[in-house]
Amino acid sequence: MRIECPICGSRDRREFYYQGAAVALDRPAPDAGEAAWDSYVHLRENPAGETRDLWHHEGGCGSWLVVTRDTVTHAVHKVELASDVKGAMS
Amino acid sequence: MRIDGKGLIDRSKPLSFSFDGKSYRGFAGDTVASALLANEVKLMGRSFKYHRPRGALTAGSEEPNALITVGKGAQQDPNVRATVQELYEGLVTRSQNAWPSLDFDVMAVNDLAAPFLGAGFYYKTFMWPKKFWEAVYEPIIRNAAGLGALGGATNEDDYERAYAYCDLLVIGAGPTGLMAALTAARSGADVILADEDAVMGGRLNAETGKIGHQSGAAWAAEVLAELGAMDNVRLMTRTTVTGAYDGGMYGALERVNHHTGKRGGGAPMETFWRISTKQAILAAGAIERPVAFRNNDRPGIMTASAVRSYLNRWGVSPGKSVTVFGNNDDAHRTALDLSAAGVRVAALIDSRHDAAIEGADFPVYTGAEVCNTGGRKELESITIRTTSGEQSIQTDCLAMSGGWNPTVHLTCHMNGRPTWRPDIQAFVPTEGMIPDMTVAGACNGTFSTHGCLQDGAEAAKTALAALGKKPADVALPEAEDAPYTLSPLWAVAGKGRAWLDFQNDVSVKDVKQAATENFRSVEHMKRYTTQGMATDQGKNSNVGALAVLADATGRGIPETGTTTFRPPYSPVAIAAMGAGAQGKGFAPQRMTTSHKASLRMNAPMIEAGLWYRPSYFPKSGETNWRQSCDREVGYVRNAVGVCDVSTLGKIDIQGPDAAALLDFCYTNMFSTLKEGRVRYGLMLREDGYVLDDGTCARLGENHYVMTTTTAAAGLVMRHLDFVTQCLHPEWQVSFTSVTEQWAQFAVAGPKSRELLNRLLETEIDNESWPFMACGPAKISGVDGRLFRISFSGEHAYEVAVPARYGAALFDLLVERANQMGGGAYGMEALNVLRIEKGFLTHAEIEGRATAFDIGMQGMMSQKKDFIGKTMAARPGLVDEDRPQLVGLKPVGAVKKLTAGAQLYPQGADAVANNLEGHISSVGFSPDVGTFIGMGFLKRGRDRMGEVIRMVDHVRGLETDVEVCNTVFVDQEGERVRG
Repeated sequence: MRIECPICGSRDRREFYYQGAAVALDRPAPDAGEAAWDSYVHLRENPAGETRDLWHHEGGCGSWLVVTRDTVTHAVHKVELASDVKGAMS
Repeated sequence: MRIDGKGLIDRSKPLSFSFDGKSYRGFAGDTVASALLANEVKLMGRSFKYHRPRGALTAGSEEPNALITVGKGAQQDPNVRATVQELYEGLVTRSQNAWPSLDFDVMAVNDLAAPFLGAGFYYKTFMWPKKFWEAVYEPIIRNAAGLGALGGATNEDDYERAYAYCDLLVIGAGPTGLMAALTAARSGADVILADEDAVMGGRLNAETGKIGHQSGAAWAAEVLAELGAMDNVRLMTRTTVTGAYDGGMYGALERVNHHTGKRGGGAPMETFWRISTKQAILAAGAIERPVAFRNNDRPGIMTASAVRSYLNRWGVSPGKSVTVFGNNDDAHRTALDLSAAGVRVAALIDSRHDAAIEGADFPVYTGAEVCNTGGRKELESITIRTTSGEQSIQTDCLAMSGGWNPTVHLTCHMNGRPTWRPDIQAFVPTEGMIPDMTVAGACNGTFSTHGCLQDGAEAAKTALAALGKKPADVALPEAEDAPYTLSPLWAVAGKGRAWLDFQNDVSVKDVKQAATENFRSVEHMKRYTTQGMATDQGKNSNVGALAVLADATGRGIPETGTTTFRPPYSPVAIAAMGAGAQGKGFAPQRMTTSHKASLRMNAPMIEAGLWYRPSYFPKSGETNWRQSCDREVGYVRNAVGVCDVSTLGKIDIQGPDAAALLDFCYTNMFSTLKEGRVRYGLMLREDGYVLDDGTCARLGENHYVMTTTTAAAGLVMRHLDFVTQCLHPEWQVSFTSVTEQWAQFAVAGPKSRELLNRLLETEIDNESWPFMACGPAKISGVDGRLFRISFSGEHAYEVAVPARYGAALFDLLVERANQMGGGAYGMEALNVLRIEKGFLTHAEIEGRATAFDIGMQGMMSQKKDFIGKTMAARPGLVDEDRPQLVGLKPVGAVKKLTAGAQLYPQGADAVANNLEGHISSVGFSPDVGTFIGMGFLKRGRDRMGEVIRMVDHVRGLETDVEVCNTVFVDQEGERVRG
């Protein structure tokens, strides 16, 4: 598997650390309540199909990336800098 | 028998080699199999289960029978296919799976017991009694299992891993692959052409048909010469593409030096490649399948195409009087080629009544079948059944063909299933199974040479279009375009054992029995009979076996389906896949600048993550590590000790929002920290548990240096990256790891300041440099940093200099410390010193501990948000019933404590229900005079003075321990400020 890092280009997946769903970008306010925090920290979808994950280019530029990919075909559809995605959220 | 004037071997280069101790002659270009056949040696191995005599069935990597061992001792290489191993001068080979000799094999008695050893024998026999399994059955099975064996000694041969990148990977260099590579290369694509054979060309080297005006082999050589001269082409011979993976990744095994037998000189034996390509063309060809009939496994019986290969490529006739048996026109070529080469063809037997053959000057039997064979260690005769009855024909070689199976394997490596094509009675790849792969030629069911050339050119155009390149105009040379017709023939009816899987000794009867016993699914049949396992993975037998299964279960072949194809396509040595990862290659080694000095002082080094650190520094006269450790603890408590602490993570953080970042990552405040001061900080994970701890120094208004634990340095770096990129990209802050840029040494003990003042440009005192002060300092003329921090509870400093001065400074500090009654101390002493003071490591903050558990709930600021704050407040994480950090000392008869031991209340049984905690760290304290420890105990902080049970189930140790404060030495904490 290869990931197209927006900064470094196409790289082998061994250079990347896998974190989990990109919902981690959406940190609730401290007073958002139990349900919001439970969901943020613990609850994850397990889709057969498209998923958005956070990967860290640990063996490269150190960028956190939002990778949109398919868990069935393993196709990687899109790779974005997490800072860009987060920046667009606020 | 060698045939004059035929073959691509170099007759000017004779070579000698040995097989089972006997010397033979061959030529450059021979394989072991072709050379043995030229020497009229047909018996090359014994079958796995029944030890039946076997010879080469094929002429390629799919060979199930002719497995040999190459070399001796540590370099011994088992299960090498004789059909693949190239000849070199002095090559030593041996047969396998036979004792005392290949000619007389005692285990052949299994063959007589065959009626009892059929499918499912193991499952039915080795069931009971239960206690027999380990004592009797397993040793017997293990002894009989396996084929060749390794030498037993460590093999020092070199293997390598490598990476390659290209626009187009062409897999297979037969007519299809060559035409595809030529078209793509002339169009300017970066092409890798990989082929498992030593000579590229595929079937072109084994057939007599012409391409244009020249032989197929000559055309292939011409194309290869052109490709070889192009900068955008890489030709990889002896390279098997073993697997197709996600994102255009392919695994490939290159056999670099097996054909020379040479060692050293920089070349490995094998290289395992990871090839990353934008497009791929699979031109893997097809494999001819045998026909099942009684005794179809005698040495001398092989596939029709193999006989043609031996004749045309290696100039060898595997027999003097050859018979050919098939169900298709392609088999006729074998008879015609042999006859044209002057070899006697005793008969051509075609199962089809309507078969027609032109130019045959040998007996032809149509509508006939071979139903039995004679001979023991070699084929002597066959029995054929025609409409007029059975008759025997004397023959020493039978060429058989049940048709061709396209080599679909790679197309199924990403969970694809092949499609059944009734017209060719074979499975072909289902389209689109591997993204960006085009399948062409024989592996797609196109069998004529013309069709393959055309397919290859078309596939190249498809790939070029995807690459955005304009295809060059490449003229298609003329070649034969014979139609491929056959009628199904899987197994000839009759009594006796008709073999399907030669490697695993699976017969038609076994498959039928599996069906009878309701193992009707093809996956069940495979496991029950072992069909399709071992080195050939059923390349010769899968389709035949499932045709028999389909017949036995009354289903069609496509409904019966195939088993799963998995990488690798052919066997890959673990040595190649794991190349470079043995010994020191297993993990990177990180050394501190004092590493050499530690070795010079005879310190045993221990691993801390990837780092190597000294355990202790033995002095002469000391007989065990405890003596060294106690002495080193004394240095720090009474004089001055020096320890390399460079392995702790150091992260340099700068920018206007540096303070905001630290306030958000630590539970306590850092924005309020004064410049020139250090503070201890605690970090949580977002789920509320402790992530790491360490000190952080403020060097300037917008400049901090964070230290992390050695183990968590990478983790914390990633965490900071996450916070600044994923949660707060708006912050103006940047940071970088400087762990390796600074060498840092702890100088600890009552005489630490005295030592430092002899080296510092500006002397320090308690006013100018109080506890937790930090700042730049010039030490022995070098610009460094000085931190007054302590991990021992003593008056102590850490001094940092650029790494290039580390070795010199360490030597200097140790020398001065020695003069003052102190010296270097290692990890053992460091551990005792911190346990005596109740300081934490990852033995305590091991991922399950909360700030509450370790008594640091007071460090969680109420004034700000920080990572983990909300979740750490969950009731379950601050429950008084949780195990809490306490000190422990032994009060029973046994004065020893062990880390990992479990804690139970007095008088309670040491069982899970009564468990109240565990010991996390222990050490022998010279100050206290016994072992002391830290551990987690339910409601521990309320139980000071209580005596409880420590039980170490693993080491068989038990004692009574008293719960106490975690600080054993200088409880008032005065020394650190002295």
